[in-house]
Amino acid sequence: MAAKTQVADINRALYDFVKSEEGSYRAEAGLTEDIVREISERKGEPSWMLELRLKSLEIYHEMPVSDWGPSIDGLDMDNIVTYVKPPTEQESNWDDVPEDIKDTFERLGIPQAERAYLAGVGAQYDSELVYHNIQESAAKQGVVYSGIEEALHGPYAELIREHFMKLITPREHKFAALHGAVWSGGSFVYVPAGVHMDYPLQSYFRLNAKGAGQFEHTLIIVEDDADLHFIEGCSAPKYNVANLHAGAVELFVGKRAHLRYSTIENWSKNMYNLNTKRARCDEEGQIEWISGSFGSHVGYLYPMSILAGRKAQSSFTGITFAGAGQNLDTGCKVVLAAPQTTASVDTKSISKDGGISTFRSSVVATPAATGSACTVSCASLMLDDVSRSDTIPAMDIRCADVSIGHEATIGRISDDKIFYLMSRGISEEEARTMIVNGFAEPVSKELPLEYAVEMNNLIKLEMEGAIG
Amino acid sequence: MGKLLDIRGLSASAGEKPILHNIDLTIGEGEIHVLMGPNGAGKSTLGQVIMGNPEYAVTAGSIALEGEDITEKAVDARSRAGLFMSFQTPTEVPGVPLNSFLRAIVAQHGELQLKGKRYKKRVSQIMEQLEMDEAYLNRELNVGFSGGEKKKVEMLQLLLLQPKLAILDETDSGLDVDALSVVSRAISAYRDACAGSLLIITHQKRLLEHLAVSHTHVMVNGRIVENGDASLVDDINANGFERFIKAAPNRANAPDDAQPAHFDATAAVAHMEAALAAADAGKAGA
Repeated sequence: MAAKTQVADINRALYDFVKSEEGSYRAEAGLTEDIVREISERKGEPSWMLELRLKSLEIYHEMPVSDWGPSIDGLDMDNIVTYVKPPTEQESNWDDVPEDIKDTFERLGIPQAERAYLAGVGAQYDSELVYHNIQESAAKQGVVYSGIEEALHGPYAELIREHFMKLITPREHKFAALHGAVWSGGSFVYVPAGVHMDYPLQSYFRLNAKGAGQFEHTLIIVEDDADLHFIEGCSAPKYNVANLHAGAVELFVGKRAHLRYSTIENWSKNMYNLNTKRARCDEEGQIEWISGSFGSHVGYLYPMSILAGRKAQSSFTGITFAGAGQNLDTGCKVVLAAPQTTASVDTKSISKDGGISTFRSSVVATPAATGSACTVSCASLMLDDVSRSDTIPAMDIRCADVSIGHEATIGRISDDKIFYLMSRGISEEEARTMIVNGFAEPVSKELPLEYAVEMNNLIKLEMEGAIG
Repeated sequence: MGKLLDIRGLSASAGEKPILHNIDLTIGEGEIHVLMGPNGAGKSTLGQVIMGNPEYAVTAGSIALEGEDITEKAVDARSRAGLFMSFQTPTEVPGVPLNSFLRAIVAQHGELQLKGKRYKKRVSQIMEQLEMDEAYLNRELNVGFSGGEKKKVEMLQLLLLQPKLAILDETDSGLDVDALSVVSRAISAYRDACAGSLLIITHQKRLLEHLAVSHTHVMVNGRIVENGDASLVDDINANGFERFIKAAPNRANAPDDAQPAHFDATAAVAHMEAALAAADAGKAGA
């Protein structure tokens, strides 16, 4: 039975459709100061932003490409178009969004989800937001959910300036610098003190343009005692040239506030996903990351929680599924920087058809972290003999009074389980899918139902035709 | 009664190692067969091979169910054709709730017509019979279940699927008196519901007390060495397997047996007697 684990190519029809780029504005390929100035000028930005962009560009050119992860040799920045503006402005009514683009989001189920259970939706197409809307009830409570660029011109401009690229600075790594130089689009969320959002907000990022990059910036500020669930989705059709995603997500969680950040990442398999996400929690603030990584050719993704206030908490629940041609390097970083903080990291990874899945984690306990605790657990499942799975945990403990735990397991689908399920009439393919879904269950149960269903479907698609 | 299961000249091996040798076994509709033998005789392997576990290769002979040759059939097809096996150690499947699993298997057996409310009602009814809390339905399949709970889950499936032939592989082992009585009643209920056939692999008499055993088979060293009726069970309980082991073909002379020639029958018998004595002591303790 061990020989029967080949899985056919995924049927990605659901995500893999291309719309015409006619009418879109494309900047020239490559990365020059002129392009950066042009992006800034088109956006009519404040001068501090242009300065930040130019400084970032300088840093980008200075910094080397990291050499510790999957190869990104297939990514040639001279061929990447950093800015593609779709032929529309940002709308707050789907009927005003151009037909092709509206159809894209309808096929992805976004307007439907908005009507059913979301308090607000932002939709980005290539480099710009094409839709942003928040329910009146949420807006009345003082919640702000808008495009970050428009917010730069409004009453929150100063607040944004105080927070923008302060958690993730351009010096963080080469692609953070790139992001600083050419970032475009993304959402700004502000939840005032004490406001509990009953329904999630969702931003969806779609990259349609061939050979382009997407560099959206998400900035979320959840004030003291407030509560928010934010969902991020992303997908792209597959091209035979490299596409690049280097977004940035900066999350500020106030005292006793709670933020849940859920992501289903489903980029196409020509994508280099070099994304950076970071959260800072004040006293008793809580960040919960729920992360599903299914797409991309190469992925580097390690959301970081900085627990800066006493008793701040972080939990990370993630799943990564690496199939043929995918090298996904994912994980989580935690900094315990205050007394009595707690963090848990729980990840699952699945690899098949020669896919490589690497779990990389970093736990840092500063001298201030007395009485803190962190547990890291990582389980990997390899579906055949040609796939790879690695675990690379790093720990930097500078405080005697902390408790740190790590466990990792790597395994295969046991033939016993398959035999047991099949002995009840379940086909081999269904048995495998059932076992893999069961393996992923700790993650899917944390997702809103619709996303859990989407994730199960993605797994089902990956497992289909598994039996040769 | 018509033939339900017909095994002819069946030999099977695990990798290079032959385990079953030239087995003939016929089970008629509604019959209850008991398979006994010392540990390691190959009883469980025979159950696994009938069910189609790909870990074992059939090297000779055939298995037919209702006249149809199923020797090469996939495991799931055998289940749909009416075979069932209660596992000695059912596997745990993390993340799959018992309820989803039961729904999935019922869906594979359309003839049961157990959908929606009918399914729910039937499951509740069976769980009550098995003295199982319905909260079990939300738990992950067999994960963290005690030995007794796992066996009850097997019986739950037996009663739900009502197979034509159920192989019970040491379903009674490791159960306390209460669980054993629940399992016994479940088997009776299965018989009452559909008069299905049984192939019971057991070391104990307790499970057989309320069942009309029609045939008993004794297996030693991968061969069926004796066939009899229900009285053979009593005989074995009184006298053990010694005479069968002594009478069994010397392994050195078995042409299809890869075992080394210096098999020490006396030592094996001594070992077996010790094991049986220990089992009896365990029973007395329970």
